[in-house]
Amino acid sequence: MRTFFGFLSGLVFGVGLVISGMSDPAKVLNFLDVAGTWDPSLAFVMGGATLTAFIGYRLVWRRPKPVLDTSFDVPKATHIDPDLVVGSAMFGIGWGIGGFCPGPAWTALPLLEPGTIIFIIAMLAGLWLGLQAKAGQILTKVGSTR
Amino acid sequence: MELETATAFTPWASLGGGVLIGLSAVMVMGLFGRIAGITGITNGLIGAALPVPGTPADRDWRLAFLAGLILAPFGVMIAGGSVAQTVPSNLPGMAIAGLLVGAGTALGSGCTSGHGVCGLARLSTRSAVAVATFMAAGVVTVFVLRHVIGGGF
Repeated sequence: MRTFFGFLSGLVFGVGLVISGMSDPAKVLNFLDVAGTWDPSLAFVMGGATLTAFIGYRLVWRRPKPVLDTSFDVPKATHIDPDLVVGSAMFGIGWGIGGFCPGPAWTALPLLEPGTIIFIIAMLAGLWLGLQAKAGQILTKVGSTR
Repeated sequence: MELETATAFTPWASLGGGVLIGLSAVMVMGLFGRIAGITGITNGLIGAALPVPGTPADRDWRLAFLAGLILAPFGVMIAGGSVAQTVPSNLPGMAIAGLLVGAGTALGSGCTSGHGVCGLARLSTRSAVAVATFMAAGVVTVFVLRHVIGGGF
């Protein structure tokens, strides 16, 4: 049951990414190119997705617990730390170079473009390195010794 | 080079796709009580293969979610839709991009889905800061690559 609904959720997410144009790097890079061939389409993706989730979350949170699990588990951290800002900036630079963020990269994988395959391998290596760095709290330590 | 051409403005397709993405996020919250962040879900995949601190433990639905994500283009094709895509052909550039995206999302605890869609829907300040930061970094990067350095991207 969990596996089936996990698969279904991923399929809906992926179909959304393909239909919306998020999985086309040319469209992403044109969205970010406000001083050139700007294509504002992706603002509608963010708008549609966030509004749907905003309303839907409030409906499902009326239940005491999720259908297939014991409790709702949402992030509780509220402080703005160096990891968050530096990590997000690194991600934004990579997104601006390649036109892929993690979801669309997975969706693009079966089309087997060389650029996509290289991106996914490097992304997995980067994730692993990033998790190691975060576990060691490198940036937080640097920040606190200043 | 071929990427530096205009793409068609598709507000309705983008809005419709966005609603599906939001619907998936609501499904994941309603069914599993979790954030539909692709970074966290991918971390679950890495955690299944390697012992890494900070990777989520419940893998079953995360692995199935990734399988659904990867098979989505075939679903669109079967339904009669087209899958248009232009991927940058600069392979060293794509390797650097992938490393930055992977390390950055691990360090920043999320990407466009987790911080963007789910975080903004929860009205999280952390996520708003993350979204503003990666949007600004993306815009500056594309500006520098296309209009200052020029060529290739």
